[in-house]
Amino acid sequence: MSDTQVPEIMKQGKIAPWLYVAPALLIMTAFIVYPGINTFLLSFKNADGTLSAAAACVQGEPCWGILENFRYALTAPIMLNAFRNNLLWGVLMVGGTVGLGLLIAVLADRVKYEALAKAIIFMPMAISFVGAGIIWKFVYAYGTGQVQIGLLNAIVIKLGGDPISWLSEPAFNNFALILVGVWMWTGFCMTILSASLKSVPTEIIEAARVDGATEWRVFWKVMVPIIMPTIAVVVTTMVINVLKIFDIVYVMTGGNYGTEVIANRMYGEMYISHQSGRSAAIAVILILLTIPFMVWNVRRFRAQEAIR
Amino acid sequence: MTTDRIKMILAGLPTHIVLIGLCLIWLIPTIGLFVTSLRPFQDINQSGWWTALAPRKAVGQDVYEKYLAPYYGLDGKAVEGVDLFDPELIGQFRRSIELTVFLREQMEEGKVQLEEMPDPQEMSDLLTYLRQLSGAENAASRLRFTLNNYIDAVMGYRGRANYTTACAEGEQALDLNCNISDLMNPRGMGRAFINSLLVAIPCTILPILFAAFAGYAFSWLHFPGRMGLFALLVGLQIVPLQMTLIPISRAYAQLGLNGTFLGIWLFHTGFGLPYAIYLMRNFIGSLPREIFESAYLDGMSHWTVFYKLALPLSVPALASLAIFQFLWIWNDLLVALVFLGGQRPVLTYQIGNMVSSLGAGWHLLTAAAFVSMALPMIVFFSLQRFFVRGMLAGAVKG
Repeated sequence: MSDTQVPEIMKQGKIAPWLYVAPALLIMTAFIVYPGINTFLLSFKNADGTLSAAAACVQGEPCWGILENFRYALTAPIMLNAFRNNLLWGVLMVGGTVGLGLLIAVLADRVKYEALAKAIIFMPMAISFVGAGIIWKFVYAYGTGQVQIGLLNAIVIKLGGDPISWLSEPAFNNFALILVGVWMWTGFCMTILSASLKSVPTEIIEAARVDGATEWRVFWKVMVPIIMPTIAVVVTTMVINVLKIFDIVYVMTGGNYGTEVIANRMYGEMYISHQSGRSAAIAVILILLTIPFMVWNVRRFRAQEAIR
Repeated sequence: MTTDRIKMILAGLPTHIVLIGLCLIWLIPTIGLFVTSLRPFQDINQSGWWTALAPRKAVGQDVYEKYLAPYYGLDGKAVEGVDLFDPELIGQFRRSIELTVFLREQMEEGKVQLEEMPDPQEMSDLLTYLRQLSGAENAASRLRFTLNNYIDAVMGYRGRANYTTACAEGEQALDLNCNISDLMNPRGMGRAFINSLLVAIPCTILPILFAAFAGYAFSWLHFPGRMGLFALLVGLQIVPLQMTLIPISRAYAQLGLNGTFLGIWLFHTGFGLPYAIYLMRNFIGSLPREIFESAYLDGMSHWTVFYKLALPLSVPALASLAIFQFLWIWNDLLVALVFLGGQRPVLTYQIGNMVSSLGAGWHLLTAAAFVSMALPMIVFFSLQRFFVRGMLAGAVKG
């Protein structure tokens, strides 16, 4: 339907349509648009929102004037660490979820217990980050004495190693948290990729097999190119999710031991340091980082819909 | 023929091994949590959950022999006036810290001269050993699985024993009455469960209702700026939730809405709407045009068409949306933390609190986590069809 030719039947009075849209419009204006703008303005203010951010400048030290909160958000060591961690999350979690999701989607397609296997992989999507946090905290549990009740350390000891405090050891803790993220989100990638794989015409695959292509080549040269648009959508969706990742870190380490990510810094600046201006600046940066992926995602999705 | 079959099975073997292996990795952490939640709390810290069915080991003998045997002897009676294997004496020590205090007193009284105190873990092993040997607690006869952890978690019991025993012995904790009213104890999971329902159900119905209205108008009614407005509303999906928390919690403080259900209902409704409208418009808009045309020609009003035609026809979309929204609200921690806090604790808040507060051991945490996971799991497994369909209809919100 395009706006240029309005069918007669759609003309239902001038006021009626607005009555249908009004409740949604009002609530969204009050709860998303207004606070969104408010936060944007707040990012140019000082800690308690009364003066310009430039008020926090100290003579003789670098200052970006009204963008002072952004200077903090982009240059403070603690923020740089958060950005670094988010980048690590991005690479490993997006790679892990999409890679594993694709692998499982392909493998499950060939077995009789496909539905069961997919349900198992998908199940973590249904539980809360808090629940997942406890499940994995228990896996990573570290005892100071002889007995290790955490599964991972028990395995390490069986293999002859020393138990490791997975969540507080900087060499491991980020990876331990990312693993939880992969555990939770692989099911999402698997489901979408699996649906896409099933839409690949069987004739093409059969033709490639008849021509003597190995399964490996069929996968890389035939299936992957066809489902590439879907892979792109899944990757961008995951990138957006990773940028917003908060709960896993909050529940499992509270952002301690160098595990903070951007969204945790934002929460911390707001509710722990009470620097609402800084917190708002971080929120603005987060949304700016998200927009390109979102736009690209919508475009790819539209293009894909058009082909169908 | 048979060799071909065998060859085929062998060729498929790597697939099965990898797939089943991955499924096991995915399942085992959750199984571990579930098994642990059913074990007596004395066992949970003594051995891993995978040994739940194995014979119980005599823990702590080596610690006893290292630290105490030189003074108290192997029979525990070498020091005059003290019998370490006396169930009356050992029964008094409920926690290892009390044993530590006792040993300190013994040293001060000059009865023994320990060179060094056992560390906390060793002390706990030691107490277990003394309990078993003295017969103060018979580990062998203790059941391997119990529902006590669930009862304790639901009632909010945080004492040293468990709710059932404490009540039977009349040692009720301060905020417990040992009757049905304990289900409403603000520290318990029972109350939090009800609060979670009170949050999740209206927060599921409201946005879907409003989104159905809007979705219908955006697809089948004409008004100026229709497409532009739709694009704008859908674009609001990118606004991260955290970005709106600050102004809204300030506004709520002025309106007195902090800590009220109304406040959180409105907030979740606002945030559920962009995705819900997007999905509803796409679905209602894809319904066959002829149905609507003939209905209008028959003289039905747009309102009748909406609730007699559009709503019933979009039940699949409504269902998948409802599941998504319900799970999203049920599992949310951040919004509940900011707007409800401890005044009306929901499940995720309660568990988050247990993680950080002292005295809540694994037995309570695992049971509480499972209480909170039970409903989403049931919803998910019984309505998986709709769940997957909803997800494929558009990128999931996060």
